[in-house]
Amino acid sequence: MSESNSTAGYLDMELLRFTTAGSVDDGKSTLIGRLLYDSKAIFQDQMEAVEKASKKIGGGEVNLALLTDGLRSEREQGITIDVAYRYFATPKRKFIIADTPGHIQYTRNMVTGASTANLAIILVDARHGLVEQTSRHSFIASLLGIKHVVYCINKMDLVDYSQEVFDKIKSQLDDFSSKLEISDVRYIPMSALLGDNVVDRSKKMDWYQGSTLLYTLETVHIASDSNHVDCRFPVQTVIRPQTTEYHDYRGYAGRVAGGIFKKGDEVAVLPSGFTSKIAKIDTYDGEINEAFPPMSCTILLEDDIDVSRGDMIVRVNNQPDVSQDHEMMICWMSQKPIQLNGKYSIKHTSRDARCIVKDIKYKVDINSLHRLEDDKDIKMNDIARISIRTTVPLFTDRYQRNRNTGSIILIDEATNETVGAGMIL
Amino acid sequence: MKYNLTHLKELESEAIFIIREVAAQFENPALLFSGGKDSILCYHLAKKAFWPGKVPFPLVHVDTGHNFPETIQFRDELIKKDGAELILGLVQDSIDQGKVVEEKGFNASRNGLQTVTLLETIENNKFDACMGGARRDEEKARAKERFFSHRDEFGQWDPKNQRPELWNIFNGMKNMGENFRVFPISNWTEMDVWQYILAENIELPSLYFSHERDIFERDGVIYSDGEFMNKRPQEKVEKRIVRFRTIGDMTCTGAVESPADNLTKIIEEVAATRTTERGTRSDDKRSEAAMEDRKKQGYF
Repeated sequence: MSESNSTAGYLDMELLRFTTAGSVDDGKSTLIGRLLYDSKAIFQDQMEAVEKASKKIGGGEVNLALLTDGLRSEREQGITIDVAYRYFATPKRKFIIADTPGHIQYTRNMVTGASTANLAIILVDARHGLVEQTSRHSFIASLLGIKHVVYCINKMDLVDYSQEVFDKIKSQLDDFSSKLEISDVRYIPMSALLGDNVVDRSKKMDWYQGSTLLYTLETVHIASDSNHVDCRFPVQTVIRPQTTEYHDYRGYAGRVAGGIFKKGDEVAVLPSGFTSKIAKIDTYDGEINEAFPPMSCTILLEDDIDVSRGDMIVRVNNQPDVSQDHEMMICWMSQKPIQLNGKYSIKHTSRDARCIVKDIKYKVDINSLHRLEDDKDIKMNDIARISIRTTVPLFTDRYQRNRNTGSIILIDEATNETVGAGMIL
Repeated sequence: MKYNLTHLKELESEAIFIIREVAAQFENPALLFSGGKDSILCYHLAKKAFWPGKVPFPLVHVDTGHNFPETIQFRDELIKKDGAELILGLVQDSIDQGKVVEEKGFNASRNGLQTVTLLETIENNKFDACMGGARRDEEKARAKERFFSHRDEFGQWDPKNQRPELWNIFNGMKNMGENFRVFPISNWTEMDVWQYILAENIELPSLYFSHERDIFERDGVIYSDGEFMNKRPQEKVEKRIVRFRTIGDMTCTGAVESPADNLTKIIEEVAATRTTERGTRSDDKRSEAAMEDRKKQGYF
């Protein structure tokens, strides 16, 4: 039995969520296949099913992409349409991969995959260097607030493992990524096909002193990725057992969205502004002293004040913006273009409201990062800067400061479909 | 003090968050309960989500009538102990009413018929959200499933037209007659489930643990003998030491030969095994897209 599954080790692992974006031929499936296969996350019957399916489609090699392309139409067309989630573990960490298609027409899927990721893997073909797709993926990673980006300069075997080629691409990417808001950028020369620097260190590239990809994934520091400064607790539901034993129990259940809450803290409840102190932080497993993201818990206050779903518990001296007017970057996800002055439902933390699109400032050309100020026709997969006004105040932080309190979704009022993903500026 | 959660605690917190969202966003939710480990886990997480209050929704069991007796006994004891509400949907009723026709032949199973009974149970009880213990690592069609999975008025899943799901914001808005399936443990793997069951000391039906049983083999699958099992003349019943990795209908759930009679041994076995747990399920092997097709029709 491997160490990763021994109970003692298993109970002490962290979770790393990462996203991979790429197109059909850049080696993404090969890379994921290798990570899964080498960490024994692919089972024999899955492998047999893939072998069988590969034969049916034709072509000599076993196509590892078939492991992730789960839908019939994806297998028929040989493309990844949707976000596929894959899981694997090593003795150090547990991983969730959000595997997304890289083509421009699937920007919305990339955005979806990136929204929950700590880290993004961006594959660069060593023969081509920085191409349009690389900028697009980097921009999306930055926009979605991913803190760690690993550029895998892949197919090094096809450029004779040349340090010169690697250095040139690295400096191109350095220049480019300095324009983006990514704090931790890394570069790894590799051959996913032959396994160089994926799990095992390459014997062909002595000039590279850095870590392998797997070692990077296992060790990148993610504990401080969450906001531990600004205390935010959106109330999901109120727990009132009304039994003899818990007669006066009134707990506010939710998941910590930012900061560290402690018993005795002075807090304010928005929107009422009433203040109180935390009497107790409760869980099924007993009372806890501190609650931090992303813990689900129940907060009890000393005073009997009116609190319900959609309210937010915050620290008295550190409060979010309380406003009906919001500026944001939006990724549009619907066939129906965004309507200027159109009305939409909006969801923000546990709060529901309606909103009107007041202004479309510009569209972003996500390949060149240019602002197209005259183009206000925002269609599916476009990214734009807009301003909205909501029916009730929302309690927000800048997205780059806190993903949980800086993100919203827009919903079409007729179809109830999610049509936009917004990041508050 | 380190301000980060272990991965199991993070998965637990995520599931509790989802379950609370369901209770808050929907008027009449339910938890689909099969008596298998994943639904037992979901129920355990639901208790945590609302403690010290009671779980504010009923458990729904779509009973094919071909369940293992151990499953039914476990279910009834759990309901009695916790005072939980149980709603039954009986496949036998759907058959008696002529709404479905029983499959014939040796591989006949009521598994597919469940869909009709499930959709009817949802309609009759006006459930607007049904939670279930499906996981994305189980099957490739499930890898693309959302936490909040929208179903139209026919109960159908449209995999090509799913709502994007971003951050921790879940869109449960719907029109009349539509409903949702919600999967709080989407991100758990089989190993996560077992390790958590061990850590939390959650009780399971005895079927999961190694025991002596009357079995027969068909196409490499070990089936339990029982009154609903149509055996071919050459299929001989014998006693073996087996356990079940998943628990479904007796007619489509295969056993594995195993000496694992406690959780620690099961975990060792799961870690060493090279086949997925659904590898023992003949219902998934009917075609390459068997699960996707059933899910489109409304299967859980």
